[in-house]
Order: sequence, then C-alpha cells, then structure tokens
Amino acid sequence: MTLESGASFGPITITYETYGTLSEDKDNAILITHAFTGDAHVAGYHSDDTEQEKAGWWDFMVGPGKGIDTNRYFVICTNILGSCMGTTGPSSINPETGKPYGMDFPMVTIGDMVEAQKALIDHLQIPKLLSVIGGSVGGMQVLEWCARYPEMVRSAVPIATTMRHSALAIAFNEIARQAIMADPNWQQGEYYEGEKPDLGLAVARMVGHVTYLSDEAMRRKFGRRLQDKNDFSYDFGVDFQVESYLRYQGSKFVRRFDANSMLYITKAADYFDLKDRLTENGCLGKMHGYESKFLVISYSSDWLYPTYQAKELVQALKRNGQDVSFCEIEADCGHDAFLIPDERLTNLIRGFLNGIS
Amino acid sequence: MVLADNSSIRFDLQIIANWIEPGSRVLDLGCGRGDLLAWLAANKQITGTGIELDKDNAAHCISRGLSVLQGDLNEEVEDYPDNSFDYVILSQTLQQIFEPARLLCSLSRIGRRVIVSFPNFSHYSIRWQLLTGGVAPKNDQLPYHWYDTPNIRVITLRDFRNFARDVGYTIVDEIAINTNSASSSGQIVKYLPNLRATYGVFIIEKSN
Repeated sequence: MTLESGASFGPITITYETYGTLSEDKDNAILITHAFTGDAHVAGYHSDDTEQEKAGWWDFMVGPGKGIDTNRYFVICTNILGSCMGTTGPSSINPETGKPYGMDFPMVTIGDMVEAQKALIDHLQIPKLLSVIGGSVGGMQVLEWCARYPEMVRSAVPIATTMRHSALAIAFNEIARQAIMADPNWQQGEYYEGEKPDLGLAVARMVGHVTYLSDEAMRRKFGRRLQDKNDFSYDFGVDFQVESYLRYQGSKFVRRFDANSMLYITKAADYFDLKDRLTENGCLGKMHGYESKFLVISYSSDWLYPTYQAKELVQALKRNGQDVSFCEIEADCGHDAFLIPDERLTNLIRGFLNGIS
Repeated sequence: MVLADNSSIRFDLQIIANWIEPGSRVLDLGCGRGDLLAWLAANKQITGTGIELDKDNAAHCISRGLSVLQGDLNEEVEDYPDNSFDYVILSQTLQQIFEPARLLCSLSRIGRRVIVSFPNFSHYSIRWQLLTGGVAPKNDQLPYHWYDTPNIRVITLRDFRNFARDVGYTIVDEIAINTNSASSSGQIVKYLPNLRATYGVFIIEKSN
C-alpha cells in the first residue's frame, strides 16, 4: 500500500477478530477500533485461553445481549498497523532482510491504519459499515474513517477523543518516546536479538498511565498511603502506593508491548489533525449526498482529551450539517473511563445503534 | 428506531406538534427527556435534533435513539448553518432565558419558523395573589419561590406579542391554552386569553 507519507510499503498482515454473523445484506457490520496499546481481541475468551486469561478489552460492551449486541451485529476488530499484536509493525520480520523492521519500519499515520482496515473491509466484501466505534486513538480512527470514506460509514461513535492532539498530549508522548530512546538497550531500535529497552518502555507506560487517570481517581485510589510500611524509608525505593502501582503497570506492560510500536503509534497520534479537514466543507460527505449519524462522548475528568475538545468536534460536525449527538459522562476516573464497565455508556451506545434506520 | 412513549404528550406539546408539517427538520431547545421529538419522529417522520443541558436527560434521549446534544442552548444554537431547520421549538423555556432577544435573533437565522410556549404571568390566579396577598405569586405553572426560581422572566401573552413585533417577527398563529404543567389534557382559551390562559403558544417567523 501507499502510505500517507508517500512511501510504498508491503506486504502487510492484518490480525482481526469477528463476532456474530454477517447478515445476508451485509448491512449489520460494526467496526470497533482499539486504543493505542489495544488489540483485536475486543470481547470474550479464545478457545485456548487458560483460566488466568482475561476477557477481551471491551467485554462488558460487546457480546450477546450487550450494548453492542453480537446477536444482531457483526462486529469486526482489527489490530492497527504499526502495533505488535499480530498486524505488521516494527517488530515484524522484514521479508527483504529476514530480520525485524525496527527503525526501517516506515512512519505510519492514523490514515494509514484506516487504509489497512479498509482493505480488510473490502476483503470481507462489506459495502457499508453500520457503525465505526472506538475510544482514544480508536476514536481518531473513527473520525478518519468518516473523513476518508463517508460513503461507507452509516454512523460513528468517537469516544474520549480529539480532532488533534494538544501540546499537552504531544508533550506526554514525547516524554514517553524519550524514555524509550534514552534506554541504552534501545540501540536505535535494533534490540530484537538482545536485551530490550524494558526500563525505558516501563517509564513510558508510567507516564501514559498517569495521563489516563485523573487527580480525583488517584486521590481516591492511592492518596498518600504508604506501601507495606509505616514510615518513609528515606531512599529511592517504593514508599507510596502510587509508586508501587506505576512500577507494576510499567513492568506488566513490557511483557506484552513492543517499545518501537510505542514510538510509532504515539507519533501517529501526534500527527493526527482532522481539524482543518473537518472544517473544509464537503470533507464529511454531506455535500456528496452521504449522511452519517454521529455520537460524540466525552468524560468529565478526562484531562488528556478534555470535553472542550469533544465540543470542538461537535461544533465542526454541526457546521458541516451532520446529524450529531453529544453527551459528557460524569465520571471521576479520567481518560480511561470508557474501558471501565458503565451502564450509562452501554445504554448510550445501545440506544444510538437502535436509532440508526 | 425511536422509542416513543405510549402515553400522550403534554397538552402544550400537542398544540405545537399539530403545527409541524410531516417530514420537517425540527430543533427542540431544552428537549427534556425527548417526548416531543420522539412523538414527532413516530407520527410525523421528522428529522429532529434536541439540545438539553441536563446530562441524565440528554443521555436518556440518546438512549431512546434521538439525536440530542448535551449543552447550553444559548451556545449550541450558534454553530448551525443558516436555515438548518424548518422549525425551532422553545417550549416552556423562554422564561428562563438570560437574553431572549439575542436568542430569538439566532433562532430566526437557523430556522424558518420558531415556536415558543411559556406560562402566562397575567393569569387571574397570579394577579389575584399579588393583589390580595401582596406576595410574589406562585401557581402550578410557576411553582417556585422568588429566591429559588429558574424563571428569571415574567411574560404575559400581551408582552410576548409586543416583544415579537419589536425584535422583527410576524406572529403566524397563536393559541392560548389552559392546562397544568405536565398534563396531557387541557382546553384552548378563546375568550379573554390574557386573563384566563395558563400558557401561550406562538408560532412566529422573521418579518420581511
């Protein structure tokens, strides 16, 4: 495929999972796009899962009788281009060298991720998606779908997302990247045969994790409580519970995610900028006779993509004459709220999908 | 599929609904739990959007399958392109608007016709309370104390006629009704409406 940067790249592998049954008219397909370290396993268990295995990342939302009811809808979830969960990314083998791509992997954009998904949807011979739904970086993919292929999108649900990153969001991503690249094991991305930059990646995840929570959530969860001790230790070990939690999250993350993928995907998210394209008339297809329905959802305590950014999106959609609904969900758990079981989110999505005729 | 309640809608909303032509584009400001929009979608096949400040109400509307924006109606009306709607509805909300003249200007830009309903402050029960008791009046339509009321404007039917004319509107039709605040039954008041009606419902459009 030809990438947004102009480079051509291939072949690519796309990992995806489907749930439910595609109707005869192929009009019940919903594409779910995952947030940046997510994967195609959106719900349920695999047949070979052990008892310790967790269900898919949106298990409370997707399944028979759930908000996105797999008795009615055919759900598709792909792993994004540049990731390390099965779809081609920097850790995949470059067929020309027989070694992982590393930094030879081309810079990919949210648009390129959507192109790869489009190839899959075409391959499945689905002419039009009933809905594209996703949160965070997944929400960016939702918007990119609407901008690139308005004729293929009946409805869209961008959740806890933005038309473009603020300086704050770019800053945190840059800290994450610098943490990885400063790790001596990073070796310009050529670490696949030796020690991995686990420390850098863990720090990157710790930074990310803080941006996914909120002041209130951290106060409630940890406060200033000490970890397994009654007094300060007066050294740089773990004193506070929040320190212990971040270290745990960091070390858990390095077991499942590739540092180079983190570099590429954060950069893709930073490059994403739909603002001018949305404000241009016609980008969303109304001018071409296509109409989509939108449901924009934000969370009151999300400081990574705050509600004002969701409102800017709503404003741009309204100015384009689009049919848009918006709701800010009151929640104190920050950006990650859409990953936490919540009846309000389920009801919103269920009702919205019901209303698409 | 929009989920419409089987019970019938509020009496003033029935009057409003009667005016709406099938297939119209409708904006309902302060749409509450979406009863009017759902009724219009089910019975008149309109394309509707609502604006509602209350998060729970907005979420309820969306989960009924309606298109609703949660937000402040004074701000939300600004972003629509000119002539986005055939009808803009402001039911039982005008009395709570900070800058009614400015809002009505915006509404005339985005909608062909504007429908306004409000509690009539010159109803005889209110006049009687003020005259005999000498206290700020309360009734079923205006059930608040002076210190906790969201209703910052007191409007009579005659006031609204003057106001509409002053801000450049023509009154296309008006109906005075006698009903309770949430009741689905009521009567149209033709004789001495400014004294006897509890609500006024007006349909107005920009004068040429």
